Amino acid sequence: MEVKVDHLDLWYTDFHALKDVNASFGQKRITAIIGPSGCGKSTLLRTFNRMNDLVEGVRTSGQVLIDGTNILAQDTDLVGLRKRVGMVFQRPNPFPLSVYENIVFGPRVHSEMKKSALDEIVQQSLQSVLLWDELKDRLDESALGLSLEQRQRLCIARLIAVKPDMLLMDEPCSTLDPQATQRIEELMRELKNNYTILIVTHNMQQAARVSDDTGFMLLGELVEFAQTQEVFTAPKDKRTEEYITGRYG
Amino acid sequence: MERHFDQELKDLNKEILQMGVFAQEAIFKSVEALERKDKELARGVIDDDVRIDRLELIIDERCVDLIARYQPMAKDLRFITTGMKINVELERIADIAVDIAQRTLELVDKPLLKPLVDIPKLTGIAQNMVRMAIDAFVQGDGDLARKVLLSDSEADSLRNLIQKELVEDYMVKEGDTAPRAVQLLLIARFLERICDHATNIAEDVIYMVQAEVVRHHPEKL
Repeated sequence: MEVKVDHLDLWYTDFHALKDVNASFGQKRITAIIGPSGCGKSTLLRTFNRMNDLVEGVRTSGQVLIDGTNILAQDTDLVGLRKRVGMVFQRPNPFPLSVYENIVFGPRVHSEMKKSALDEIVQQSLQSVLLWDELKDRLDESALGLSLEQRQRLCIARLIAVKPDMLLMDEPCSTLDPQATQRIEELMRELKNNYTILIVTHNMQQAARVSDDTGFMLLGELVEFAQTQEVFTAPKDKRTEEYITGRYG
Repeated sequence: MERHFDQELKDLNKEILQMGVFAQEAIFKSVEALERKDKELARGVIDDDVRIDRLELIIDERCVDLIARYQPMAKDLRFITTGMKINVELERIADIAVDIAQRTLELVDKPLLKPLVDIPKLTGIAQNMVRMAIDAFVQGDGDLARKVLLSDSEADSLRNLIQKELVEDYMVKEGDTAPRAVQLLLIARFLERICDHATNIAEDVIYMVQAEVVRHHPEKL
């Protein structure tokens, strides 16, 4: 899956939230987007699955190309797009349903499937997020009874069930304790073998630990975008250096 | 806005400067002892090495502590890791000064083969290179560091000249002067190694300031 952003601008009514953003995102790599609050990180993230459409007064110019197709076009199949590009949020948001029903919800939306096929999807999805052993005997229990970490893993499993190409993660660990965060980060490293991952995080050390590439945003602009090792040891832009060394603000 | 971390970096800078001062003093005194035939001065170099070793450990621990506590990035990370490497280089330089002092103690009761001219000259080059390299680090001056690298060839040439003279005039021609000539040859070799360590420091400073790796890449100079 090739993902490219080409001269992207976005406005929330009169507020210019994204300014001429250009980037190419590596396949099966983890890209972190960092920057101060309000810089446009989550806005950029939500562009990839058109979640910004839900905000009144939003308008865009430029292109977001997935495999050469501009997903910002009017005629884009949004359901299909959101199957290919899944998202997890800061606060895990499982449906108030059983573990099993959470995972099969997506596949049922997209096609008619036999129970045996759904069972297999549930097992594979939970295995891929290392939850199968913990939950295989609790599939009928409410997802709301799980720990925060388990809920977040379940949300990722829910995405995986519909076989996406890209995973968007908006501060996926910010409500988790350090040990749970570490385990989710390990999971991300496993998942990148199969998916392109874009993560927004306030935690610079997390960005440095898990990502292959990092983009620094400031006031709607993508200031610098390079391999993570380069951004955190020798950033080219002074603004990036000021931010990551804590001298910004 | 100055952070508490900035003060800690300044403190580290001062400690490495102090280490540099100790190393330069040791180089100077070790050869001065030879010129003045001063056993006490030579022994002083050997005894003072303990305080240099102690400071090396303090600096090393401080760098590790800064990395653990602050998870520094970019230029701060480069500064601290370069500081760790320079710390080791300066301690090696001080050890070499001890080696020179020990050779001096071997020679001090014996007549000089000839008035010392080239060895003090090489000492001056070595001291100057170390001083410039440390100044480059403390001031964050990549251009000054590059000047250190350019001085190394002068040190190599002078060492070769000293070697040629000692071998041809005192080891081959006059057999009974050979032991003294060997000691002087070793001193010249030690001084040239100090210049190499100064070069290493300068290369590390270039990386620190300009994020450019010039070590093992002479074409980049």
